[in-house]
Amino acid sequence: MSDDTRTPRKQQEFEQGLGRSDKSVAAFTPHNRSFLQSTQHLLHGHPTMIPVIVLILSIIIFGALAGPKFFSPFNLSLIVQQVSIIGILAAAQSLVILTAGIDLSVGAIMVLMSVIMGQLAVTIGVPTPLAILIGFGGGALAGGMNGFLVTRIKLPPFIVTLGSWNIFFALNLWLSNAQSIRSQTLDEVAPLLKLFGETIAIGGARITYGSILMLAIFAVLWFILNHTAWGRHVYAIGDDKESAELSGIRTNRTLISVYVLAGVVCAIGGWASIGRVGSVSPQSFQEANLQSITAVVIGGISLFGGRGSIAGPLIGALIVGVFNSGLRMVGVDVLWQLFAIGWLTIIAVAIDQWIRKVSS
Amino acid sequence: MNTTSPAPQPVLSGRGLVKRYGRVTALDNADFDLYPGEILAVIGDNGAGKSSLIKALSGAISLDEGEIQLDGKPVHFSSPMDAREAGIETVYQTLALSPALSIADNMFMGREIRRPGFAGKFLKMLDHPAMQRIAREKLNDLGLMTIQNINQAIETLSGGQRQGVAVARAAAFGSRVVIMDEPTAALGVKESRRVLELIQDVRSRGMPIVLISHNMPHVFEVADRIHIHRLGKRLCTIQPNDYTMSDAVAFMTGALEAPEIAAMA
Repeated sequence: MSDDTRTPRKQQEFEQGLGRSDKSVAAFTPHNRSFLQSTQHLLHGHPTMIPVIVLILSIIIFGALAGPKFFSPFNLSLIVQQVSIIGILAAAQSLVILTAGIDLSVGAIMVLMSVIMGQLAVTIGVPTPLAILIGFGGGALAGGMNGFLVTRIKLPPFIVTLGSWNIFFALNLWLSNAQSIRSQTLDEVAPLLKLFGETIAIGGARITYGSILMLAIFAVLWFILNHTAWGRHVYAIGDDKESAELSGIRTNRTLISVYVLAGVVCAIGGWASIGRVGSVSPQSFQEANLQSITAVVIGGISLFGGRGSIAGPLIGALIVGVFNSGLRMVGVDVLWQLFAIGWLTIIAVAIDQWIRKVSS
Repeated sequence: MNTTSPAPQPVLSGRGLVKRYGRVTALDNADFDLYPGEILAVIGDNGAGKSSLIKALSGAISLDEGEIQLDGKPVHFSSPMDAREAGIETVYQTLALSPALSIADNMFMGREIRRPGFAGKFLKMLDHPAMQRIAREKLNDLGLMTIQNINQAIETLSGGQRQGVAVARAAAFGSRVVIMDEPTAALGVKESRRVLELIQDVRSRGMPIVLISHNMPHVFEVADRIHIHRLGKRLCTIQPNDYTMSDAVAFMTGALEAPEIAAMA
C-alpha cells in the first residue's frame, strides 16, 4: 500500500484538454459584481441594514411632517414604552422563527402567565416573588409543550402553536373568570407585579423599567445567539436541520430548548405587561401574536429560518411604533397605520426572498 | 510491504453486518476492511447496500447484527457524533453544511471552541478568532486558501469550493478515517479534478479514506483497492491494476463470477 509501489495515476483521457484551462475553479477569488449584486451581497451579510435604514428614514420623515414635538424626549421615550411588550414577544418569536418554525402562541402564553402571577399573588396570597417565579416556570412548561409536540410528535409548528394558542387562551379565561385584577388591588397586595410600569425621568424623557427590560432581553439574546455554541446551533437548525443533525448537533434537544426559552421570555413579558397595562387583564394583547410576527419579519429575520439578526425585531418593533406615533401626530386615520404596516411586511418578505437568492 | 499483502491490522473493519428495514435486508452479513494509509473505493449497483454500509460505519444508522472494530477494538456508534468522537469523519453526499452560515462556523459546527477563562467557562462564550484562524489554516493546508473572507456564507461559494470546505472539515478533524460519499457526483470536470487531488492530498498525510463513487474512471484513478458490494454483502475486493473498469462493472452487476481472491485481497 505504500506510495512508491503505486503506479503513478494519469489524468483520464477525456481530461487531457484541461491542461490549458483556467485552474482557478476551486480557488476563492473576488469577482467583479454589478451594483445590484454588490447590494445583494451587502444585504446578505447584513440583513438588518434595511430595517435600520427604514427606521432612520421614517423618523426623519415623520419628524419633518409632525414638527419638533415628534423629536421631544417625551415622545421618543413613549414610542419605546409603547412597543416594549410587543418587542419582548418579538424577541421570543425570533428564537422560534430562526429555527424555521413559528409560534402563534407567544401572546397567549404571555397573558396566561400574567394571569397566573396575578391570581397566585392576589387571590391565593402566594408571596409575589414566588408567584412570579411560578409564572416563569409556567412559561417554560408551555413552551416545552410546544417543543415536545414539534420534535417528538413531529407536528408542524404552525399547527401546534395554533392549537396551543386556543388552549392557553381558554385556560387564561378559566383561571381569571374573564375578570381583570384592578390596579388599586395590585397596589395594595402585590405592587411588585407592577414593577415594570415604574419610570425614570431623565430630562423630559420618561423611561419605563419595561423599556429597559426589553432592551436587556435583546442584549442577552444577542450574546447567546452570536457568542455561544447553542446560538450557532439554532441558526444551523433553521438553515438545514438534516445537515445540522449530521454535523453532530442534537437537533431535537436544541429545538425543545428554543421553545422553552421562548416560553420563559413570554412569561417575563407577562410580568412586564402588568406594569404596562396597570392591571392584570385577561382580554389584553389579543393581537400580540401577529404583531410580534410582523416585527420579526420587518426586522429582516427570514420566515424560512436560519437568517437574520436578533437586533432586527427590535428595529422592526420600533418601526411599527414610529409609524403609529408619527401617523397619529400628523392626524392620519388609524386604518392607514395598518395599511402602511401591511405593505412594510410584504415588502420585507419580498426583500428577504431576493437576498436568499445570493450567489457567487 | 507490497500491493498484494496489506498490513495485517485493519484500521476499520466490520464483520457480519446486518441491517434490515422491515422485510428488506439492506446489509446481509457484510464484511468490510480498511487498511492504514489506503484509499478504499466502495462500488456497487443501486440498492446493493453501499449507503447502508457507509451509514453504519459513520454512525448514521444502528446495526441489527454484526461488529465494527476500530484499530482492533469493538466500537458501537449510536449517532454520527459517536463516530466523529472516535475519529471517523464523513463527507456526506449532501455535504451537511449550513448554507447561510460562514465557512468558519461550518467547520466548527458541533465542536466549537470556547474562550479560555471566565467568559468561556461561565458565559460559554465562543472563541471566534481562534476558530477563524484554525479554519483558515486548515484550508491553507489543502491549498484551498485564496479565500479573502473566512466569514463568507457557504451559499456564496461554488460547488467545488463547498466540497473543498467539507473535505477540509473532515481532514481537519478526522484522526482515524475519512469517509467520502460521492464527492464528485455533483461537480463538473474541472472541479472533480480538484477534489480528486484533494483526496490524494489527504491520503498522502497518512489518513485512510473510504471513497464511495459511481464514477469508474475516478475510482480506478485514485483507489488502492476496490471493495465491490453486491446484494447486501462484500462480493470481493480487487486491485485496480488487475482488472479493467468493465470487469468491475461486470462483478458488481453479476454479469461475471467474482474472482477467487475475494476473501483476503
